[in-house]
Amino acid sequence: MANVTITDVVKNYGHLEVLHGVSASVADGEFVVLVGPSGCGKSTLLRMIAGLESISDGDIEIGDRVVNDLEPKERDIAMVFQSYALYPHMTVRANMAFSLKLARRSKDEIEQMVNRAAEILDLSTLLDRYPRQLSGGQRQRVAMGRAIVRNPQVFLFDEPLSNLDAKLRVQMRGEIKALHQRLGATMIYVTHDQMEAMTMGDRIVVMRAGVIEQIGTPLEIYDTPANSFVASFIGSPSVNLIDGVVQTQNNQLVLQADDGAIWPLPSNVNVKAGTPVQLGIRPEHIYLDPAGLPAEAFMIEPTGADTHVQLRVGKQLLIGVFRDRPDIALNATFHVRPDVSRAHVFDRVSGKRIGA
Amino acid sequence: MTTKTKAKANARRTLALDILNHGALALVALLFLFPFFWMVSNAVRSNAEVLAIPVRILPAVFEWDNFAKAWTTLPFGRFFLNSVIISVSVTVITVLVSCLSGYAFARLKFPGRDKLLMAYLATLMVPGIMLIIPLFLIVNKLGMINTFQGVILPVAFGTFGSFLLRQFFLSIPLELEEAARIDGASRLRILISIIIPLSMPAIGLLSLFTFIAQWNNFLWPLIVMTGADNATLPVGLTLFQTQQTTAWNYIMAGATLSMIPGVILAVVLQKLIYNSISLNAGMGGR
Repeated sequence: MANVTITDVVKNYGHLEVLHGVSASVADGEFVVLVGPSGCGKSTLLRMIAGLESISDGDIEIGDRVVNDLEPKERDIAMVFQSYALYPHMTVRANMAFSLKLARRSKDEIEQMVNRAAEILDLSTLLDRYPRQLSGGQRQRVAMGRAIVRNPQVFLFDEPLSNLDAKLRVQMRGEIKALHQRLGATMIYVTHDQMEAMTMGDRIVVMRAGVIEQIGTPLEIYDTPANSFVASFIGSPSVNLIDGVVQTQNNQLVLQADDGAIWPLPSNVNVKAGTPVQLGIRPEHIYLDPAGLPAEAFMIEPTGADTHVQLRVGKQLLIGVFRDRPDIALNATFHVRPDVSRAHVFDRVSGKRIGA
Repeated sequence: MTTKTKAKANARRTLALDILNHGALALVALLFLFPFFWMVSNAVRSNAEVLAIPVRILPAVFEWDNFAKAWTTLPFGRFFLNSVIISVSVTVITVLVSCLSGYAFARLKFPGRDKLLMAYLATLMVPGIMLIIPLFLIVNKLGMINTFQGVILPVAFGTFGSFLLRQFFLSIPLELEEAARIDGASRLRILISIIIPLSMPAIGLLSLFTFIAQWNNFLWPLIVMTGADNATLPVGLTLFQTQQTTAWNYIMAGATLSMIPGVILAVVLQKLIYNSISLNAGMGGR
């Protein structure tokens, strides 16, 4: 196993720069998730670590070696692709043994290593099948098996669960996490799904438009997002952002929203009156409270465990998540109370977090 | 109209359409099969009966030994061997060269790649017949007249195969190659172990086209090779034609015999092509 260090990495396609000097480090045995919207450069960065894309500037180190100019096979990495990329003309056994054969391992050794990996991934009964004879989940496991037989220093995953249905995705999420715990290997995982990022990663790297917006543990990122983009991207449904200007009222800082409504601000926020800001309130931090603000529900979406309610407070549109089945009727007035102590404040111009 | 009578009318219409479709298909099949039937029918009758009027669809007397006579009257075995050597060599070289160049044009990045491909493709616009004299002069200069290499080499390097395989290689997901690169495969290993096995439909088709084209090639072997011992089957068959007489029945018997390898190859490769297509259903693991 090895650590991975990315220093000021730049990627250009002709005149177009898609990664703008990205730096991050992954500790030995850590599970790091690169997450961000489509086109943010997360897959490009992963492919640069793998050696499938050249590095325009900066350095990538695996272990204590700079690997910028090394071929993928010389980097001692394994990669699981979104499409699994299983060789369709080879059986599961041959797929898993391919890299070992190329490394000129002995027949006995290859059999032993393939069987061990198959056992870990519960593939022993499928070894003589072809990829087309497997279900999506089984193919996914074969792709992982092909990676683990080689016992590489670093595992790379490029959106490996995107082609699976929702139920299988949850199951495979658990299996990959369990595999990480079992192997203790360094893993870098790319996804656009913030739920995967939150549940799987030891640390998350949030990217946007070729830059890293924030690196931290899942709860750090959820609790203290570095900017309004991170706050919006992490968490589902997305955070409510209320635009306004900071004002002083009764010696207390409040937000005067653009629609004229007054919203309380967290007490620990250090900001001057007159500053244009965004107040971020997560949907799950809005509670029903008869003494709260009057609200009107214009869409109710029950998910079973929770109920998502799109509501209007004054002219402000918000979304709230309430446990179970709250007593809310469509187009009827009810009262809500945002938990301001857990709210976030962002500079409206730069989007950066203000205060604690 | 009741539901029952409606269903009956529908069934009658479907039956009529079926008969019409099958009748049309049978007619087309007959048009294609008749020349083969006529060849075999003429191969097993006497030469007098071949030329007799009125024409008989089936021979009055079946002369099966025409096949043996055609084989022994002229060194037919030698013609056969010559044709096999030339057709197999051209096919093997064409497939090999097309695989390498097709892969280079599809996947390798080098300056001027696309322009080179265009220049390559432009040669398709030159009619083959125009190249006969320059090629003959080159082969003659190289001292290859009346040699196998003289017949084989000039026709073994064609553009069509490179282009056909390039297009097929482009349809193979790039991720398979990337996975192989990470697994430790070199470019050549990727070509041999991943790309070629997945391209068997195209390679099978190219092999079939090339083999049959060479098996039937008449003009180029006629020009380069001299003497009965060096003749290929199409050239050898013309030796049954003399100034005085033409042994049509032997020509037809010889033509029937010469068709056999092509038919066998077509059947074998057809299976291979179908099997490969079903294998590729799992391409990319999706």
